[in-house]
Amino acid sequence: MKDYLLFALKRIVQLLAVILAGCSIAFLIAHLSPISPVEQIIMQVTGRSAASPEAIEKLRAALTEQFGLDVPLWQQYLSFLGRLVVLDFGPALIAFPTPAMDLVRLALPWTVGLLTVSTIITWLLGNIFGALAGYFQNSRLLKAFGIIAIGIQPIPYYIVAFLLVIIFGFMWPILPISGGFAMNVTPGWTWQFALSIVHYSLLPAFALVIVGIGTWFLGMRALVSNVITEDYVTYAELGGVKEGRIVSSYVFRNALVPQLTALAMSLGGIFSGTVITEQVFTYPGLGSLLIRAVNGGDTAVVMAISCISIISVAGAIFIIDLVHPLLDPRVKAE
Amino acid sequence: MANVLEVRNLKAYYLMNYFGVQREVRAVDDITMSIGRNEVYGIAGESSSGKTSFIKVLAAAIRPPLRVVGGSATYDFGGGIEVDVTAARDEDIEAIRWRHLSYIMQGSMSVLNPLRRVGKIFEDFASRPLGLSGPAFRQVVVDHLGRLKLPPSVLNAYPHELSGGMRQRVTIGLATVCKPQFIIADEPTTALDVVVQKDVLSLIKSLQVEMGSSIVFVTHDMSVHANIADRIGIIYAGRLVEEGPTRQMFTAPRHPYTAHLVASLPRIGDMARRPALEGRPPSLAAPPQGCRFHPRCPLAVEKCKTEVPPLATIGPGHRTACWRADDVRPLVGAEAAVHA
Amino acid sequence: MFSVFRDLVRYNLEFAIGLVLLFAVVIFSCLSFFSPVDPSMVYRVVPDQPPNLDYWFGTNSRGQDMFWQLSFAFRNSLTFGVTVAILSRIISIVVGLAAGYLGGWVDRVLMFVNDIFVAIPIFPILILFYLVMKTGSNSFVLAILMACFGWPFDARLIRSVALGLRYREFTRQAVFAGMSPLRIMWEEHLPYVMPIIFSTAMANMIWAIGLEVTLAVLGFTNLNIPTIGTTLYWANNHSALVVGTWWWIVIPVAIVVIMFLGLFLLAVSLNEYIDPRSRLRRMGA
Repeated sequence: MKDYLLFALKRIVQLLAVILAGCSIAFLIAHLSPISPVEQIIMQVTGRSAASPEAIEKLRAALTEQFGLDVPLWQQYLSFLGRLVVLDFGPALIAFPTPAMDLVRLALPWTVGLLTVSTIITWLLGNIFGALAGYFQNSRLLKAFGIIAIGIQPIPYYIVAFLLVIIFGFMWPILPISGGFAMNVTPGWTWQFALSIVHYSLLPAFALVIVGIGTWFLGMRALVSNVITEDYVTYAELGGVKEGRIVSSYVFRNALVPQLTALAMSLGGIFSGTVITEQVFTYPGLGSLLIRAVNGGDTAVVMAISCISIISVAGAIFIIDLVHPLLDPRVKAE
Repeated sequence: MANVLEVRNLKAYYLMNYFGVQREVRAVDDITMSIGRNEVYGIAGESSSGKTSFIKVLAAAIRPPLRVVGGSATYDFGGGIEVDVTAARDEDIEAIRWRHLSYIMQGSMSVLNPLRRVGKIFEDFASRPLGLSGPAFRQVVVDHLGRLKLPPSVLNAYPHELSGGMRQRVTIGLATVCKPQFIIADEPTTALDVVVQKDVLSLIKSLQVEMGSSIVFVTHDMSVHANIADRIGIIYAGRLVEEGPTRQMFTAPRHPYTAHLVASLPRIGDMARRPALEGRPPSLAAPPQGCRFHPRCPLAVEKCKTEVPPLATIGPGHRTACWRADDVRPLVGAEAAVHA
Repeated sequence: MFSVFRDLVRYNLEFAIGLVLLFAVVIFSCLSFFSPVDPSMVYRVVPDQPPNLDYWFGTNSRGQDMFWQLSFAFRNSLTFGVTVAILSRIISIVVGLAAGYLGGWVDRVLMFVNDIFVAIPIFPILILFYLVMKTGSNSFVLAILMACFGWPFDARLIRSVALGLRYREFTRQAVFAGMSPLRIMWEEHLPYVMPIIFSTAMANMIWAIGLEVTLAVLGFTNLNIPTIGTTLYWANNHSALVVGTWWWIVIPVAIVVIMFLGLFLLAVSLNEYIDPRSRLRRMGA
């Protein structure tokens, strides 16, 4: 038990380090721009209407103070860190003066929900079928699966999502292709609402599953092909252990462990993919918010989304790391 | 059948087709022998002599590219259970696994599933053959482990939590818990230090005597054979070249290869240099003509290069395949080869 | 080396198919070097023509010949992919070999950095980058940024190979002979990791081009340079599907799928070829 706590402690330290480093990178990039955000806003304002030079100067001063640009960079960084801890990213430009964090807070559950559910489905299904394909290498059905997986696997998220929109939007409109829930349903804790959410999330989830399942299938199939040559599997077969038991406890369990690590490592990419897919389906998650923010030149919201993404992904990896020793008793404090 | 195992003209080859190149490696090339009840039979031979492939066939554990291309290996476990593992149906082979025929594999670390507790592993292997489950099964296992001087707490541990010696005893226990009549032991003491080796060997021997099983013991270490084997068979280049009672094999070998193997054992106080065999073991894909040992044999003559010597009986329970069997002398001391 | 290549082409179907597909796309993109058309010009030919004998891939709503447009687009995207792949290979080789061979605190620090980069989702960062750079962003800087995120996975792979090599006999001999660690890594270990580098380079190209396409489709790169992504962006912009100019989308997507499939097959078959265990399995007739 003590070993496990030590292990968890090390992982927590790592988690915090990752969040710090990631958000710092975001901060650096945000301050990379040759044009300061203050000037960008002023350009927008003067572009829309005429204003007297004194008014512009006052606006500039106010904005500079608000953005905290009147102090040296390292001070800005420190205050950024301070605000990061309380998740304060300042007001959103596209919905002034609502705090950027509030917008993110509204969109986050949609993204997290979609991502979690579809990732779990993809990972489980992909691994199960991959394991079967790796063990029963002579099954024609599973070999066909494999070929389809190879065909689908390299196609990027955007194109798959796009194709689904074409198919279900224009050719066979049986599923909704935009929005998070039906327009005539009021949000609330009702079955109606919940069903509506599920209905509208089917296509985005489907897109995510299609893109992801190929990778897990092929990876697991390769892993299982190697695991079945391991001594303990050969021994179990020699020992007359029942085939079902061998497949589940000797092959699947053992091959699954590296897949768990792989899942942790691919969460960053899956997150990006979710964001992209959401945009195609105008699903009210972080993806759509991100695009709106970029088109509106809203640095605060984009920063907020970046930092929250980093925190979410790092957090998810942390959770997976904690589960890891439960699956593989050999992993303890390294 | 009086014997528990009858092997007749067994042939098993590796048939490979890789990138347009076809290869046939004759790992087991026409072996005929038998093993009686309550007998420890040692198989000796160099690496890549084909001995491992041979016992894989006996254990019904061969996989492509290794295939049986001829002959048979038939077990008789009494009570009408007769199975030819080269030709039997899968169900018949499954029925004898572990209950009548078990296997001790080389290397204790890798044969136990690292993600499974020892108790569960015992269940996987032995519950069905014994026909027991639950507390009754657990009791049998605990008793058996006790005989191996292992505490019941071992059942709750994961393999990596046990010491090497304990793991080895667990694997022996796993192979013997159903009291099979035939055990195949594949280099169970290789990679163990000498002290642990002694323990393991005496354990195996005492279990064998207690259960009345037969054991086929494969190792290249002649001292192990000297210790526990009743009879020894020497395999060279996929063929059985000599077979006989242990004592005779050591004191009066009748094949030049056996003489060298036996002479390689160091003896305390004996400072003589050990003669080394020239050359290397032959390639099983393109073995030499005639007697396969002739390129390295100090007694080789013209006949050996062209005609294959048959495995002939030259004494009670003693067979050898050498044209000059009568000229073979034990090699001890500086007088190495006997050139006639 | 070449005999390996020849054997692969002759006996490994996946490799052969992958090579053919990729080659087709590469040749198509090389045609752009002979193009009589300047890709940045618009409204030069009759717009919205379906594929016919004059314009093999039709024309788009911006009055551009799709054939030459796509040739340039694929050339730019492939170049981009190759650039990212090369840059990230360099980083992952250096990190992987150093961490695996030198061990100790070097290993810990490098792996710590590695884990950080693995955890950061790249897409928001890229968007942030675009937001602050606006028109200042060009392909090369983007390539560098992507290379900075594309090395972690493969660095770990190379590191585990290097760890294994560290205890091999020839390494010990080299150390004993007084070779400096740098020379050992370069001359002795690098050849071992080369096969991994080739196959992961393919996978890396797929990833980089995919990401570039995604960014461009959303309008977040320099839209005047023809790439696969910008082509799709303009197609969307002009509502190609609704208007009926299906060839503007379908043809690029089809060629993209062919290209990705080719790269993927190459990566997978090389991977399987390298792995000695799978080789043994394939030998059983």
